[in-house]
Amino acid sequence: MSAIAGVAPPVRRVLPRGSTLTVGIVILSAWVLVALLCPWIAPYDPIAQDTSATLLPPGAAHPFGSDNFGRDILSRVMWGARVDLQMCVIGVALPFVLGTIVGALSGYLGGAVDTVLMRVIDIVLAFPFLVLMLAIITILGPGLGSFYIAMALVGWVSYARLVRAQVLSLKHRDFIVAARSLGYSHGRILFRHLLPNALTGSVVFAMSDCVLVLLSGAAVSYLGLGVQPPVAEWGVMVAEGQGFITTAWWITTFPGLAIVVLATGFSFLADGLGDRLGVRP
Amino acid sequence: MTLLQVSDLTIEDGAGTMLVDGVSFSLEKGEILGLVGESGSGKTLTCRAMLRLLPGDGLRIRRGEVRLDGADVLGYDEPRMRALRGREIGMIFQNPASHLNPVMSIGSQIAEGRRIHFGASRREARRDAIEWLRQVGIPDPARRVDNYPHEFSGGMRQRAMIAVALACEPRLLIADEPTTALDVTVQMQVLRLLRDLRDRLGLAVIFITHDLGVVAQTCDRVTVMYAGRLCETGGKREVLAAPRHPYTQGLVTCQPSSDGGAGRMITIPGQPPLAKRFPTGCRFHPRCGHATAQCAAVQPEMLPVAGSGRHEAACHHRMEGTRAGRDHVR
Repeated sequence: MSAIAGVAPPVRRVLPRGSTLTVGIVILSAWVLVALLCPWIAPYDPIAQDTSATLLPPGAAHPFGSDNFGRDILSRVMWGARVDLQMCVIGVALPFVLGTIVGALSGYLGGAVDTVLMRVIDIVLAFPFLVLMLAIITILGPGLGSFYIAMALVGWVSYARLVRAQVLSLKHRDFIVAARSLGYSHGRILFRHLLPNALTGSVVFAMSDCVLVLLSGAAVSYLGLGVQPPVAEWGVMVAEGQGFITTAWWITTFPGLAIVVLATGFSFLADGLGDRLGVRP
Repeated sequence: MTLLQVSDLTIEDGAGTMLVDGVSFSLEKGEILGLVGESGSGKTLTCRAMLRLLPGDGLRIRRGEVRLDGADVLGYDEPRMRALRGREIGMIFQNPASHLNPVMSIGSQIAEGRRIHFGASRREARRDAIEWLRQVGIPDPARRVDNYPHEFSGGMRQRAMIAVALACEPRLLIADEPTTALDVTVQMQVLRLLRDLRDRLGLAVIFITHDLGVVAQTCDRVTVMYAGRLCETGGKREVLAAPRHPYTQGLVTCQPSSDGGAGRMITIPGQPPLAKRFPTGCRFHPRCGHATAQCAAVQPEMLPVAGSGRHEAACHHRMEGTRAGRDHVR
């Protein structure tokens, strides 16, 4: 959460209130379109090497230049959107679902279950986020699958705490008493009546969490533990280009910019949603 | 035919204080019973105990019976209890805005009970929901069924909540101050609706209120509670016209009348006691003008008032009703 707090506040001052949601949606839809259409709109094959066109600066043939294998950076950034968006969605959805279930049960059941689950959360939170994630990925072996598992194992705690707090404050509310008086089971009350009311905060948080997941995914790939070359992924591209940073700046700059733009889009979306739904992430 | 028989119901908190002490009353099919008392007198607790939904931790039913058609509900296990809640005993509440789920449409909240208790299909349940909205007098129910609670006005929300409870077709409806949060005209409509539903469906109603005016208009019988105990019970006419317990007499004289607004409004001196400091003997005696040493020492029992069958009062003196009542009035 602290990482998000560092990203969000400056954003709010850039745009007038109310337009953030729109801008966020526009940026995100643009990337989704790129990801969907890249087989048709990307000018080159993202992994096809062309030894006659290596390290070309941005120009007419290669608008974003080419890398040391002669691959087109623009095409790789476009194809990279597929991998990175998928990373965001799965990397947020898994901890969201896991954390919601744990938090809901913890808050609703209370007692010993709550105490035990809260201590588990304390233990997970005691480790720095990236350190714990890297440790898990190292144990499981590099790859996207390991990244998702690590994300779920580390990321669920934030959702669990958010949902638990909401469930705690909602479970003695009048409409829950009314549902009890109608003879509904605990499971039905928890999942049909409580959770839909408890999820607003976590949905907003999930949007800002996408930024964190995107950055973690890129970081993990950069470290060689996530997406493996030659697949086009922005973090991998930054890692591959860093050896040429003084001679061919475009190899790292464009995928880096892509990360920034997508992250900003998620940030705007989270902020706009928060404003709209009256939630402060 | 006796539908509900509550006997010696006693509820204590974690510290062992009797918040509801030895409450007994009964209810016939199709009868409306007014349960009257100040805030904290145990009316709501008594009714929540019938559904075994006591609020908060530590509260428990110490002893007593709640018999519905002769079967003791307090002995039911949880699944049987769930089948009874809503289906046999329904409940509506004071504040419909907070007792309806804000993120579910009115229609699906009504339909849910049909699906759970009657196994209705999605389509049947929706049709039933529209029908129940019509029953409680919501105009254009086919369109309103998809509205959310915030799109309804206060009076319509109360009607919607009544529809949610009644769609489960309970035999007993507990109405916990259902009109307190409504303005007077809407209040009248809701009271008329409840009476009308009683007439059409043979519904028995326990009407929790602190408003004797509402009791006079709506109820058949009245039970008055003070500090967790019964004071007086009987037919509406006997209790309101000739109250025998000094507390009931006080309540009756406290009612502002619509004809003469000139005089000073009469109040009962003092405050109701806190649960931790319930007085010994009769719990009303510190505020009672007729209290004697006996009242402070011995708890009075509910005894029949001379000359009337079902009129009972828990007072050592069981005051000459009409006279004492008149004395207070003018």
